Amino acid sequence: MSDRCYVATRKGLFTVDRGATKWSISRAAFVGDNVTLAMCDPRNGYLYAALNHGHYGIKVHRSTDNAETWPEIATPTYPPLPEGYTLKPNPFSGKPLEWALKLIWSLVPGGADEPGVLWCGTMPGGLFKSENNGETWELNRALWDHPRREEWGPNGAEYPGIHSICIHPRDSKHITVGVSTGGVWITKDGGKSWDLTGKGMRAEYTPPEAAYEPIAQDVHCLVQCETNPDVFWVQHHNGIFRSTDAAGTWSEITDVKPSVFGFAVAVHPKAPDTAWFVPSMKDEKRCPIDGRVVVNRTRDGGKTFETLRRGLPQEHAYDLVYRHGLDVDETGDRLVFGSTTGSLWISEDAGDSWQTVSSNLPPIYAVRFAKS
Amino acid sequence: MATVRFTQNIQRHVACPTRDVEGSTVRAVLDNYFRDNERARGYVLEETGAVRRHMVVFVDGDLIHDRDTLADAVKPDSVIDVIQALSGG
Repeated sequence: MSDRCYVATRKGLFTVDRGATKWSISRAAFVGDNVTLAMCDPRNGYLYAALNHGHYGIKVHRSTDNAETWPEIATPTYPPLPEGYTLKPNPFSGKPLEWALKLIWSLVPGGADEPGVLWCGTMPGGLFKSENNGETWELNRALWDHPRREEWGPNGAEYPGIHSICIHPRDSKHITVGVSTGGVWITKDGGKSWDLTGKGMRAEYTPPEAAYEPIAQDVHCLVQCETNPDVFWVQHHNGIFRSTDAAGTWSEITDVKPSVFGFAVAVHPKAPDTAWFVPSMKDEKRCPIDGRVVVNRTRDGGKTFETLRRGLPQEHAYDLVYRHGLDVDETGDRLVFGSTTGSLWISEDAGDSWQTVSSNLPPIYAVRFAKS
Repeated sequence: MATVRFTQNIQRHVACPTRDVEGSTVRAVLDNYFRDNERARGYVLEETGAVRRHMVVFVDGDLIHDRDTLADAVKPDSVIDVIQALSGG
């Protein structure tokens, strides 16, 4: 059970600890700086923070002393353009496709049998691997050079990107990534080759003939169950999808109140039929329905949902929760989520009730429990 | 040798003291400066070598014209200023 979580915000990284009576902020790091992501590596306890300085670009910092100090480490960088290579035009904007780091959008530890391995997803779509705890990074060329990668499109941001990386808990070479916008991609050989998957996903924002094109799917967040890794959940731009065959095929979950729109999803590590979502008004509004913050939970694989609201604001709340803004601990009992308006809530009863940790933080991009 | 000065703003991230550096173009001068301070390179330049979008470089008080290849000429007594742009704040 986790007694600590990390909160990455527009103006710093905050450590939140469970005290005798309540959760509270115990430490602030990078105050004033834009921390876009945090990651805890359960294999060695190392912590990672991705920063996006307005002037100075993207940086990665690592703490090996429980968030006391944060020296800078290597930032993933794209290799030089090959001689004579001409960047294709972005099919949406007509501008040349990008070949330089724009954002670190996902950062995960490799498998338990691969100490030191980290994976990092970025905008404009490069997947990077480190084999030495982030001292150096290498672009995964098989995915970057895949001819269909250039069909990836933008999302709410200007560039496509990899925001979700799921390492199979029993096979570190079996990796599934979510792309916005570009569907779900799988490697079973550690990244030497990649296949596009996503049969059954449906897009509402394309001409109807292309609605079921796997590459057109705007996956907002992809998660995999720890103890039953054949089960995946996706919060998609226009719906909720579930796979029970290791992301091969997907079933759409419809008729979910108050909404199927959102960014974040978390799956119970031991109960694949249990997942949590933070619904919002679709897609051009992006705020809670009727000003009420709620969490949706299913415990039966999406057949039914409970809308949980005890302890959450139920009037004039306009909090949006981004894709990395929700997390569940290794027991499945504790959840944390944070919003664009700087509210942070924690539950110790699987979402039945919530306590407010703060309503005054900077805009929250990511929350992560410390895991061991 | 040209004199290279950096904004105070960058110093909390990476120390960039004023130094006199050889070179006849902005690219040559900055390459020589960053050779002894590789970490600073990534704070000023993209991995493509272009000036970061929200950084500006002046030579003798004038903004450089070539932000991609940094081909602007530098005289032996030039002063180069590397400053954050207002746009990135």
